[in-house]
Amino acid sequence: MNDVAKLPEEEGMLEDIVGQLMEFPKSRDSLIPVLQMIQHRHSYLSPQAIESVAAHLQLSISEIYGVATFYNQFRFHPPGKHQIKVCLGTACHVVGGDIILENFERKLGIRDGETTPDREFGLERVACVGCCALAPVAVVDETTHGHMAPSKVEGLLLGFQIMKDQAERENRTRDEN
Amino acid sequence: MKTDQEPLAARFARLEDECRKRVQAKTSSHVPVISIGMATCGLAAGAQETKTAFEDILREKGIVARIENVGCLGHCYAEPLVIIENPGFPPIAYHEVTPGKARALVRAFLEDGDPLFEYVLGAMEENELIPAVNDFPRFQLEKRVVMELSGTIDPADLDAYIAAGGYGALAKALDLQPEEVTRLVLESGLRGRGGAGFPTGLKWQGARSSHQKERYVICNADEGDPGAYMDRTILESNPHQVLEGLAICAYAVGASRAIIYVRAEYPLAVSMMSKAIVQAKDYGILGDSVLGSPFQLEGTVFQGSGAFVCGEETALIQSIQGRRGMPQHRPPYPVQSGLWGKPTVINNVKTLASVPPIVKRGSDWYRSVGSVRSPGTAIFSVVGKVIHPGLVEIPMGTSLRTLIFNICGGPPRQKAFKAVQIGGPSGGCLPESFLDTPVDFDSLTQAGAMMGSGGMVVMDEDSCMVNVARYFLEFTQKESCGKCTFCRIGTRHLLNILDRITRGEGAEGDLETLEVLSLDIKEGSLCGLGKTAPNPILTSLLYFRDEYEAHIREKRCPALMCRTLTAFYIDLDRCARGCDACVGSCPVEAIFTTKGRKKAVDQNLCVKCGECVAACPAEYDAVRKVSPPDRAPIIERPED
Repeated sequence: MNDVAKLPEEEGMLEDIVGQLMEFPKSRDSLIPVLQMIQHRHSYLSPQAIESVAAHLQLSISEIYGVATFYNQFRFHPPGKHQIKVCLGTACHVVGGDIILENFERKLGIRDGETTPDREFGLERVACVGCCALAPVAVVDETTHGHMAPSKVEGLLLGFQIMKDQAERENRTRDEN
Repeated sequence: MKTDQEPLAARFARLEDECRKRVQAKTSSHVPVISIGMATCGLAAGAQETKTAFEDILREKGIVARIENVGCLGHCYAEPLVIIENPGFPPIAYHEVTPGKARALVRAFLEDGDPLFEYVLGAMEENELIPAVNDFPRFQLEKRVVMELSGTIDPADLDAYIAAGGYGALAKALDLQPEEVTRLVLESGLRGRGGAGFPTGLKWQGARSSHQKERYVICNADEGDPGAYMDRTILESNPHQVLEGLAICAYAVGASRAIIYVRAEYPLAVSMMSKAIVQAKDYGILGDSVLGSPFQLEGTVFQGSGAFVCGEETALIQSIQGRRGMPQHRPPYPVQSGLWGKPTVINNVKTLASVPPIVKRGSDWYRSVGSVRSPGTAIFSVVGKVIHPGLVEIPMGTSLRTLIFNICGGPPRQKAFKAVQIGGPSGGCLPESFLDTPVDFDSLTQAGAMMGSGGMVVMDEDSCMVNVARYFLEFTQKESCGKCTFCRIGTRHLLNILDRITRGEGAEGDLETLEVLSLDIKEGSLCGLGKTAPNPILTSLLYFRDEYEAHIREKRCPALMCRTLTAFYIDLDRCARGCDACVGSCPVEAIFTTKGRKKAVDQNLCVKCGECVAACPAEYDAVRKVSPPDRAPIIERPED
């Protein structure tokens, strides 16, 4: 985890979680809703967050990891700024969804479930986003891209790169002025 | 009893009347109504952009029209689907309405009265101007019971649901004794739509007969099959029908708390259902006195966290209790000892959504739909290699051929039909010879597949059965909770063997091992996941053994799908000198120019994505795919 930069929004994370925890009854039934709340507000479950949940619900840390790792929904690493989800549902598989995933992996240099070291992109596989008629499908941030092809992968990433460069250029000119 | 009954029926009639008036006040204002399908599938296809385009152009042109968000009709191939009711015209459905088409429609149709025939899917009612959608086989062969209102009403508008007759069944049920309601459901022959087909009425009776007074009812919307999305669509398009069914179930069972367990991956369904519960409370449909009766009911949404096995009822209960979702031994069944040790009825979304029509129209009516042993309708998500993929609701007993060919159009591009995979990771693959099998619980099980979740993937000649079996195994292997050794380790071994076979490293004896191990896993597993996980292998081995053998003996993938066993090459006789259409398309720069200024594929770099096939101009059509890979000619890259 040391190689990953700390984002400014993480500073207040723990205080926020502890504050929110007070809303939940101190019973085991609250465990999954609590974890969902944390992930919803902060996109992932940090070790410190798990510790505070353990303290609140009076469960052991290992018990909480036991439950949290059982479910696919929970993430233990911060996601990328742009989260890329490649659908590998049945319909997407039949038309080559794995080729799309592989292309993202190759272009970004990470495997599915990982985040690029600059935290710009996160990549994950999902099981069916429910638009099988558009297969193969990739969801980038909130936008669904249907009928994906390896060339579109390149186009998408290039688009983000251009936007990033442009923003940097604008920042620079603003600083210079 | 008479005096008690009157007020409830009368009170509900008043509520119904109020809702009707409110809905009429909105609709009778003689402005055009534009209904846009805004369920997840519509949104994914760009419904939001289409809606914005409509709003912009209406504002720009100064035209008054009402835009209504509706759910999903199930016609995924036609999304974004828009229905325009322009006074003086029948309601017309338009398919694939892009923002450009939206602007064109407002300009031509709303301004000038030209309905733009080229974009029309069909009219929603009979008329002399435009062919009605009901004349299309897709609509004609369908029978809508569960999805009757999906895609025609605003799911977030309780008035619309009540005005369409909603909650009438609950009012009727509350006038009956709980036992009578259960008997009605039992007599209707309704079987659990979650896949196994257990008689719903028996389940309810089981919980009712318990001596424990505290009872729970749960709606199971933990739809995990990676190719089925009907539960989500129903919750997004008409959550109140499910809630009504759940309330009737709670009344029949004697439960005062209802939980809707929805996958967290379905954010829109979660928010629609949560909204529906709040509205129902406001209208006195949930709460301390349901529709003014002494019956109390509280409803909550619980979000599942993405574990396929939690669709199994005992695992689902574990998950609500804050534990790992591991299935438990049955008996005791949840109807005896379920959530927090209390009697609990768990029913699937489709089962519950079938209840209000049954209560309203009676068990004889329900039995008149579908087949004798499986009354009612079935909903399938038909995807894969068909022209018109989407959700289809058909009477049970319809043949697979009707469903795949007449309703969904069969495989595109005149490809030959090869197999249909029914029931997702727990189901099986059926070949062409089974196309006349009627779709119902027993016939499908007999054929080796199962109803399961209702996911249906159609495969044509380009789909490799070994690869598909491997895909499902990969899924179940990941989702195995790890409790039973056979499921945990056995599926891993099955996957390893299939992996080897698809890589061309299969050995003699592999198929026998697959069979033996599959049967052992079925026997040695506690829950439905393990008991059905080997089904995709067993059925494909039974019907497509020759494909497995080609992979093992000839290292050849007959469908040209397994990537290690195929290769692309460029036919130099067809390749055009100087053309470089394929070069830019290659993501790994594997295409180079030969000495004769034609193109060739560097087999060491090629990742077999098939982009060059799509890029090669049709008049040359020079890229070839072969299996086994050594059939591709080797062309050396010239030294620079």
